[in-house]
Amino acid sequence: MKILRLADVEKCVGCSLCMLACSRKNVKNQRIGVGHAGIRAVSLSGFERGATVIFCHACIEPPCAEVCPSKALKPRKGGGVTYNEKVCLSCHNCISACKIGAIFERDDGKISVCIHCGYCVDFCPHGVLEVIEV
Amino acid sequence: MINRVLTIDLSDYTYQVEEREDLAEEWIGGVGVGIQILKERLNYSADPLSQENVVVFSIGQFTPAYPYASKTVALFKSPLTGELGETHAGGRTAMAIASAGFMSVVIEGRSEKPVYIVIDGDRVYFRDGRSLKGIRDSLILGRILAEIEGGRGIRSIIRAGYAGEKLVRFACLTTETYRHFGRLGLGAVFGSKNLLAVVVMGNKTYTPADPKLYREVYSEIYRIGVESEAMKKYHLLGTAENVLPLNELGGLPVKNLTEQRFDCEDISGEKFAEGNLGRRIACSHCPTACIHIAALREEYEDEKYFFKTIMIGYDYELIYALGSMIGIRGRGDLLKLIHRVESYGLDAISTGVCLAWATEAFKRGFVSRDETIVDLEFGSSASYLKAIDYIVNQPNKFYSALARGAKFAAEKYGGTEFAMTLAGNEMPGYNTGYANYIGLIIGLRHSHLDNGGYSLDQKAKGLNPEEMVNRLVKEEMWRQVLSSLVVCFFARNVFKPDLVSRAFLPLGFELTQEELEKIGEKIYLEKLKLKKEMGYEPNLSQIPERVFEAETPHGRLERDFFENALNYYRKTYLSRI
Repeated sequence: MKILRLADVEKCVGCSLCMLACSRKNVKNQRIGVGHAGIRAVSLSGFERGATVIFCHACIEPPCAEVCPSKALKPRKGGGVTYNEKVCLSCHNCISACKIGAIFERDDGKISVCIHCGYCVDFCPHGVLEVIEV
Repeated sequence: MINRVLTIDLSDYTYQVEEREDLAEEWIGGVGVGIQILKERLNYSADPLSQENVVVFSIGQFTPAYPYASKTVALFKSPLTGELGETHAGGRTAMAIASAGFMSVVIEGRSEKPVYIVIDGDRVYFRDGRSLKGIRDSLILGRILAEIEGGRGIRSIIRAGYAGEKLVRFACLTTETYRHFGRLGLGAVFGSKNLLAVVVMGNKTYTPADPKLYREVYSEIYRIGVESEAMKKYHLLGTAENVLPLNELGGLPVKNLTEQRFDCEDISGEKFAEGNLGRRIACSHCPTACIHIAALREEYEDEKYFFKTIMIGYDYELIYALGSMIGIRGRGDLLKLIHRVESYGLDAISTGVCLAWATEAFKRGFVSRDETIVDLEFGSSASYLKAIDYIVNQPNKFYSALARGAKFAAEKYGGTEFAMTLAGNEMPGYNTGYANYIGLIIGLRHSHLDNGGYSLDQKAKGLNPEEMVNRLVKEEMWRQVLSSLVVCFFARNVFKPDLVSRAFLPLGFELTQEELEKIGEKIYLEKLKLKKEMGYEPNLSQIPERVFEAETPHGRLERDFFENALNYYRKTYLSRI
């Protein structure tokens, strides 16, 4: 299984291209914008301290899946979760359960979470992200 | 299609949203749409610092869709020049406005008490700003708002600084710490409205008309951008790479243009990179990351081993305005001046030019120490740091006048011939020749980026006045398209007409290259008309005498050439409206 991870977070310039790539990736529901992204580029309390990206850490025992009442989130082999948006109730329990804040609310009320597909890596201009086999 | 217009009225704390498909279809977005909204809403004779002034922020159809479309255009009536104000900023503002679901955000009226606004998707909140008034560092205000309000990573915090509160007429707005709506005094307009900041956020997304084609065109633009040498230079040394070549050419303005060459080795892009470059960051949706930030480590004089390290953005224009223009040779001194200007939220170009005029006026006896309080001298950073404080705090009539710009102060105290403003706006860092100055006079926001005159001076020699004006206007017309999309001008070589036309297709717009060029021309003429109605008329009297006295890479500039160029401009373009 593949997982997405940080290759070198110090190189993050906060450009948000990973977020836009993530929203664009979904073939069935392609979106323009940052609002469907399962990854988020943020400044570290202001850009004078630099930037970083927040995304699913691929927990082996994902708390988000444990608190999901409809099994929309299920543990994924190799870490992290799979997401079935059709059965998602938009309760946002998962958002509260994720300690690193890596689950985000979409504009339709459902959630977005990184499923480690690695599409964003190709649009990260400065080598912040990488995909590795686990 | 991005077509919603949010109007916020500060006088009664209300807001409304309209769908303006008509505007988006005819005028694309950004400056094209902004001009139309201003025409609908603004009383042209309004006092710019009264509740009647209107501020329009606009983004474009490309903003969330493509890389480099990262700019927001702001339009208003300028308190510096008394006519059209237009200023562009990067940062995260454009993406945040798109994510909140708007094409334009219009701010009208005046709040009775200090407030800041939070736009969170479809909702607007008016927040009590009384306890945030009087914060002298724009960075701190930004940090406080970041902590109070949510939206980390999907928001923008646009704030006026202390200079805006104090109504300095070249106060700017700062966004994401290092980007600015820099020119023509939008910070003072916010100040006059009792508006401290606008926080924008949201998670709205849009659907492409042709998803497959969209992804293809996206990848093409991305690839051209990251592989382009033209973009790479902005990432490597950044615009600061121009310092040494321009000095060598004799086009770097030095000490209020009293000298033509400068010992600028230490403040060159190369030295900054070698000694201070601490990090680079990017605007939203920009792979290039041109924002260069220097680390300045300083020890407190009175306390051994007590250090502070501050991160300060730098660019060519700041190195010119607060460096060569006022004779500052050392990087440390320059960074401290930049930091002071940034903290207050002042336009760095205007501040430097005002200080340069004041220094010469002091030296030549137009003003005395009674006025300037400190001995202003080219190269003296300690005096300049104090003078910047005085511009903001305005302890006497002289500094109150200087806070209204170099032109105003010179008209009051004398020395208009060396107050380096063009049509009332303090000049940018190019003493390159005719095209620069003519470009600044006829340019519709009196900015070097209107038509790139400084670049034409370096590329094309021997143009006659008519050819020069035509080239400048043609460039400016095309840039109206770019600033309606709204694409960063640094990426102008990526977004050529053919690519712009193709990039519209997957978004559901069909616009040929010819149609785009026509729209550019139309927007240009609309803007010119608006400016004319607000009192703009390009003429020789808007050019200070020093321009004709100073040596440039094209030698001394002849008045006749300017006269011919401006006559031709009036006859060929101004008469069309």
